[in-house]
Amino acid sequence: MSFKEIASKEKRIVSGHRLCPGCAAIPIVRIILAGTDKEVVASCATGCLEVATTIYPYSSWNIPFIHNAFENSAATISGIESAYNALRKKGKIKKDVKFIAFGGDGGSYDIGLQALSGAAERGHDFVYVCYNNEGYMNTGHQRSSATPYGAHTTTSPSGKFKKGNETFRKDLTEIMVAHGIPYVAQASLSHPLDLYMKAKKAFDAKGPAFINVLAPCAQWGIKSDEAVEISEKAVKSCFWPIYEVEKGKYKINYKPDEKLPVIDFMKAQARFKHLLEDKDAIEKIQKHIDEKWKHLIELEKIGE
Amino acid sequence: MNKNKIALTGAQAAAEAMRQINPDVVPAYPITPQTQIVESFAHFVADGKVETEMIRVESEHSAMSAAVGASAAGARVMTASSSQGILLMLEILPIASGLRLPIVMNVVNRAISAPINIHCDHSDSMACRDLGWVQIYSEDNQEVYDNTILAQKLAEKTELPVMVMQDGFITSHCVEEVEILDDEKVKRFVGEYNPETSLLKNNATFGALQLPDYNFETKKQQSDAIERAKIEFLKTGKELSKLTGREYNYFESYKLKDANYVVVSMNSSAGTVKSLIDKLRKKGKKVGLLKPVLFRPFPYSEIKAALKGKKIAVLDRSESFGANPPLFAEIKNSLFDINAKIQSYVYGIGGRELLEKDIENVFENLMKNKFEEKTRYVGLRE
Repeated sequence: MSFKEIASKEKRIVSGHRLCPGCAAIPIVRIILAGTDKEVVASCATGCLEVATTIYPYSSWNIPFIHNAFENSAATISGIESAYNALRKKGKIKKDVKFIAFGGDGGSYDIGLQALSGAAERGHDFVYVCYNNEGYMNTGHQRSSATPYGAHTTTSPSGKFKKGNETFRKDLTEIMVAHGIPYVAQASLSHPLDLYMKAKKAFDAKGPAFINVLAPCAQWGIKSDEAVEISEKAVKSCFWPIYEVEKGKYKINYKPDEKLPVIDFMKAQARFKHLLEDKDAIEKIQKHIDEKWKHLIELEKIGE
Repeated sequence: MNKNKIALTGAQAAAEAMRQINPDVVPAYPITPQTQIVESFAHFVADGKVETEMIRVESEHSAMSAAVGASAAGARVMTASSSQGILLMLEILPIASGLRLPIVMNVVNRAISAPINIHCDHSDSMACRDLGWVQIYSEDNQEVYDNTILAQKLAEKTELPVMVMQDGFITSHCVEEVEILDDEKVKRFVGEYNPETSLLKNNATFGALQLPDYNFETKKQQSDAIERAKIEFLKTGKELSKLTGREYNYFESYKLKDANYVVVSMNSSAGTVKSLIDKLRKKGKKVGLLKPVLFRPFPYSEIKAALKGKKIAVLDRSESFGANPPLFAEIKNSLFDINAKIQSYVYGIGGRELLEKDIENVFENLMKNKFEEKTRYVGLRE
């Protein structure tokens, strides 16, 4: 499958939405929904993707769609999938249908973590996609537990005494791996074919599948045509490694010959500008990335 | 007429009705004193007595969230909860009603924290009285069974969620004889559920964002729908009467017509009031009871007609802190344009017992014409 072929597939989310120019969410959703030719029902957490695509009486969704609340996208899809199983058992439905839940990092790492964990543990047959813009962007760039160390946000601002977000982000992808579900992946818009293949595998997996996709946002202090470029720097610096875990087996999908220094990723974004002269902070961030990358390579070796 | 009588607790009566309704999906989370409902139902699932997909969710919030998803997907959905569980669902309850999803929930009334208390009062269901759910209150195990079956049909007719209340422990854990309909009769009564729009049928967007240009009209439609549920409740009740021989009205009138002194009370305490009324009637006292059954939508004009000219004491089993207790407030609203003599009482908070002598005292005060603005407390230690 070439990217041209993916792009020429039926659009399951269409233009007319009111997301910001250059928002990564729409291409991510489009590529992922192209990952199956079967009918798909989607649920979506409250957030940018939901509010900007369903302004009544319009909808950008060409598939059945439900928004319930902020923290319950996974619980909602678990109800839909159970309804499908019940109605199929009774012969009221004959067709094959796939189920997908979307949430931002706020709706997945933070407020929706419990519902996501519960639905994954129960083994519902669904795909969960976290489009991860590393903060509460819909409400104006507040800190979430996916916000990287040092990033300036409106609730972790850089000031006279503080230098932005004071903790390293939670590793939700690894938390989902620990659930022992059939398929877990981390992906990036800079590698669209990889993202497409991951969506396909996630839809084909029997049981829960989870994909965490980095979604660069204008509020990171980037231009509207830079989401893909920033994504690429995130992958090449190993700030956001792309990898997958199939039935517990790790595979890193992109290994740079030489890691891009994290400063090159950071200096392209205004959210890190207060740190660029801070050698200690940069060193601390680089060290953290190096350790995580080393650990990931070790995890991959275990399965060899 | 069917005469199959079996001994059941209130919780089992709810579960038995659920078994006969055979819902497609039951997402549930355990909480005292609701547990016996979900346990009994889980056995029905395990023994293949129902075809239900039961989702053992990780919280009540997810129970109601999954219920919304399943119902939007076109499934018949039921659940049950109590107290803190209801409050954890609170965020999703108005989403269920706002999306017009006919979910039926059995509520086993229990006090809400703090202090933590597992016993009966009505503060849980009263906390969600304004969220667009139809509310039906049940005095005993038979009413729990009947009301659950009625609720299912009412919900689907009106496209509104319904909660059916019973008193924690007093009703939920006490065994009574319950007349059970034939499975086939219940099946025919509730019929097949085939909604016009669902996620598995149409390319529909549920839960869209509505800005000020549309939201008001949508909420008005919802308001009209629950208003219509009043008529539908009576119609559905009449249909059920044909099967059970029992009546289903907005409220029960017990020796009310010629009564000068009336107690208004909901759920199990109504039984105690009736027992006392029988004794007082033998002494020639003109006393009666009005027991509200349908609390949302509230039947204001009918209650006004029933209570006109009487001296009234309203017994609430919950507080509305800083305001009139909820049942009293509604009864007083019903009578706003007639100069009714009415007194507010709060009783039974956190499971405090209500004794006949307490109610006798309430009637005596009515007879002595003792009324005051302030709420009085029954059974409260000085």
